[in-house]
Amino acid sequence: MTDPTATDSRTTTTRRTTARARRRPHPERWFAFVGLLFISIGFILPFVWMLSTSLKTLDKAMELPPHLIPHPVVVRNYATVLQRGELNFPLLTHNTLVVSILSVLGTTLSSAIAAYGFAKIRFKGRSALFGIMLATMMVPFPVLMVPLFSIFRWIGDHTPIQMLGTLRPLWIPAWFGSAFSIFLLRQFFLTIPDELSEAACLDGCSDWRIFWQIIVPLSRPALAVVALFTFLGAWNDFLGPLVYIQDRQQYTLSLGLEAFQSQHGGTEWNLLMAASVLVLLPVIVLFFLAQRTFIEGIATTGGKG
Amino acid sequence: MTRKEARQLVRGLTFLSPWIGGFLAFTLVPIVLAFYYSLCDYSLLQSPVLIGLSNYRALMGDPIFWKSLINTLIYAAIALPAGMLVSLGLAILLNQRTLGQPLFRTILFIPSLVPTVASAMLWLWLFNTKLGLINTLLATAPMQALLGALNTVLHALHLPRIETPIGWLTDPAWALPSLAIMSLWGVGYTVVIYLAGLQDVPRSLIEAAEIDGAGAWQRLRHVTLPMLSPVIFFNLIMAIIGTLQAFAIPYIMTGGGPARATYFYTMYLYDNAFRYLKMGYACSMAWIQFLLVVLLSALAFWSSKRWVHYQGQ
Repeated sequence: MTDPTATDSRTTTTRRTTARARRRPHPERWFAFVGLLFISIGFILPFVWMLSTSLKTLDKAMELPPHLIPHPVVVRNYATVLQRGELNFPLLTHNTLVVSILSVLGTTLSSAIAAYGFAKIRFKGRSALFGIMLATMMVPFPVLMVPLFSIFRWIGDHTPIQMLGTLRPLWIPAWFGSAFSIFLLRQFFLTIPDELSEAACLDGCSDWRIFWQIIVPLSRPALAVVALFTFLGAWNDFLGPLVYIQDRQQYTLSLGLEAFQSQHGGTEWNLLMAASVLVLLPVIVLFFLAQRTFIEGIATTGGKG
Repeated sequence: MTRKEARQLVRGLTFLSPWIGGFLAFTLVPIVLAFYYSLCDYSLLQSPVLIGLSNYRALMGDPIFWKSLINTLIYAAIALPAGMLVSLGLAILLNQRTLGQPLFRTILFIPSLVPTVASAMLWLWLFNTKLGLINTLLATAPMQALLGALNTVLHALHLPRIETPIGWLTDPAWALPSLAIMSLWGVGYTVVIYLAGLQDVPRSLIEAAEIDGAGAWQRLRHVTLPMLSPVIFFNLIMAIIGTLQAFAIPYIMTGGGPARATYFYTMYLYDNAFRYLKMGYACSMAWIQFLLVVLLSALAFWSSKRWVHYQGQ
């Protein structure tokens, strides 16, 4: 807005409409409220049902018609799930945490490095490479899984590093950057003015130092978004572990829960729900700890695409 | 290339090297390898043997391949538009300044965080024909009355009646729609993207339209939606890619049944590769899937010129 008259007319318009808006009742807001209320109940009900079943005895869980409030409340179901030898919850959690944490560290670090290259260094072929990177986001994992499986098998056969039968195939690729994270971080790095790094590092400052001492500290919110989404992705992944892991000792929570279900499916619903709540819980806690990061992170993904 | 340009190139490539390495090892080489394997008889136990286009020819005559492809496309045809409409609708509702708006936003978002396996377990239980919550609610008097009215309408239209209890996951006719219904529970992520887009629509534009006498619907149709079209386009592409590779939910919940009604493309690919050890055959499916994603995305890009409006263009 360089034209002062334009700004003026806009302010008066806004003032006029707010005055009008105050007088006018808002039927659409009430409509939205009632609609949202009903829909929210619908969205919450599955959680209530899950929690309720997880606190019932098996008999009560199979009762017809079912009661929403469990009676008696059986908290022991959770202890049972944690102690079940065949489910081995502590081991599953440990494996899942190993994969998730290594993926988070790897993706955040390697994606930030690549994003710096895309955002802060001008060189021939940069936009072509950037285009290729964006295109890789559209390649579905199922397309790659068979060759990836044989690549990991080849590495295991020809080098001393075992791949299949370990958790490595699940986190090693994370250390080479993920297109989604690189894109997100690049968008953020672009908003950091170049003058800032130039002023802070007059002459003879290496890219590496600019990256660590200026870009990284200023980008904590964006890095948190990447870390969060990577964690969720690794925590939730099912197809990856299903393809690469055969040994029960390496099962992740997803695989373990699925195996438990297919053995006991249709019988122990109360335990199954308790186990599901346990898998879900860390994610929910994480969400409430970092709600703003979540919402803003998602907003950047779609908005700037 | 001048010396300065060369130095810049080295700087850039240094920082991109981890990604370039990963791209080659975990994306480009696998895509090329998948194509090579697709031309081979490859059972994992022996080295691949070139057999030309036989795998592709066999696929064309494979009824299960077609079944799984058609299932996936039908599912996409239901879940994709339904998901787009519901998420956009919810975002528009959430964009109104109502009481408890932040709470509603949180409630609608949280289901999209539920880990796939947990969500599969939960919905197996909700959809349970005899004991599930959904059929229990449908058996209550008000819902029965509603269903009765719906059936009268269906009867008048010469459509089949809805018989309760519904075998959500056990009735071949219901299984695919059930999975699509379930997918709506997870729209929260998309809703948040839309919501951010809606908040970027300049208020001045909407107010200007209001002053010119545009009603709520006209403002939505002629101001909000065009301004939102880049976001809609982004979500459309993501949804196409996502639905075409649906795997975990049907694999866990139905195993592809009943009567292969929910046997999805990726499941057949997985089974060929890791159950029947027909890796070459699986790779020819992978390449067809890849081409399908490229084709549909290209179609969306092509059509986007007609309906996507970028600000400042």
